[in-house]
Amino acid sequence: MADRIALQVARYRPERDSDVSFQEYEISYAKEWVVLDGLNYIKDRVDGTLSFRWSCRMGICGSCGMMVNGEPKLTCETFLTDYGSGPVRIEPLRNFPIIRDLVVEIGDFLRKLTRVKPWIVRNEEKPLGEGEYLQTPEELDEYKQFSMCINCMLCYAACPIYGLDQKFIGPAAIALAQRYNFDTRDEGSRERREILSGHDGIWGCTFVGECTKVCPKNVDPAGAIQRYKLSTAVEALESFFLPWGGR
Amino acid sequence: MSGLYTEYHPRWLRTRVSTYWWLERRSYLMFIVRELSSVFVAWFAVYLLRLIRAIAAGPSAYERFLQRSAQPAVLLLNLATLFFVVFHTITWFNLAPQAIVARLGGKRLPGSLIAASNYAAWVVTSVLVGWLLLGT
Repeated sequence: MADRIALQVARYRPERDSDVSFQEYEISYAKEWVVLDGLNYIKDRVDGTLSFRWSCRMGICGSCGMMVNGEPKLTCETFLTDYGSGPVRIEPLRNFPIIRDLVVEIGDFLRKLTRVKPWIVRNEEKPLGEGEYLQTPEELDEYKQFSMCINCMLCYAACPIYGLDQKFIGPAAIALAQRYNFDTRDEGSRERREILSGHDGIWGCTFVGECTKVCPKNVDPAGAIQRYKLSTAVEALESFFLPWGGR
Repeated sequence: MSGLYTEYHPRWLRTRVSTYWWLERRSYLMFIVRELSSVFVAWFAVYLLRLIRAIAAGPSAYERFLQRSAQPAVLLLNLATLFFVVFHTITWFNLAPQAIVARLGGKRLPGSLIAASNYAAWVVTSVLVGWLLLGT
């Protein structure tokens, strides 16, 4: 049996609005509906002017991240039934410029992601004839957790540091840099260090830890950042006390 | 939600972070309290150094230090310090597993064991200090 729920949806229409306002839609929903189903119902049946991003509906594409009752959530895996009869407040991801309604501008994140070179960097490629770069299961486990990141940017919405200082490279980009730093096939950690240890890198993080709490894929970006801080500090101490044994 | 137009993209709306963002969520508030507790940790270190200096200066200096410490304001400050230092210690011990990856025989140790070893070191140190102070 369908229940009814009130969705308070943030609206921003740049051609006429100068600020965000909220529009309330009361809809019927089935118990298997997620917030994204509710939005799609509104878009299809109630108000076609509502704009939002989505794609896969199964927590993989990372497109449908929004603030649901103030929490960064993937709306495709946030069930309406968990909110009773509502109201459920749906806002665009915090800390990003809003283009329209629930659609945010993500260029800043994508530029930062590219800067940390989230791909395997080799000084010299092995000839094809020598076969694949082999890895043991233990070596895979070292970075597997960080490779689960789907670039949904919920961590950026949860991070007050990024909200206050937009230059901060941010949780996901650093976690993805670490994903490659921990990969035995990669040789790019020195190139990444310049960005990660720089002014806008890891030292901006004050370990609020919210990025890890909101991550839908249990990536633990806060852990990735603290581990980088620790290894950088140990390396700095080593090069100070053991300059002859420098790496 | 209050916003402002972005200079070069006038139609993008940028929202401002409130000065009181740390009151918006309990976890943010706990983070700020944890950061502020560092002030009390610093006071604790200063107090300890002053105690050592008083002991080094002889019995009368030590007596004066004890008298000053017994003043209600200092007692109150030190009670607050005890609370915040314990809070600081516990929150950091609980966060330690995220920063430290330890291995034994090639296997990664679980995070709970890293936190537990921190607590164990705390207990052992406390017992040792207690034994030094009371037992000898």
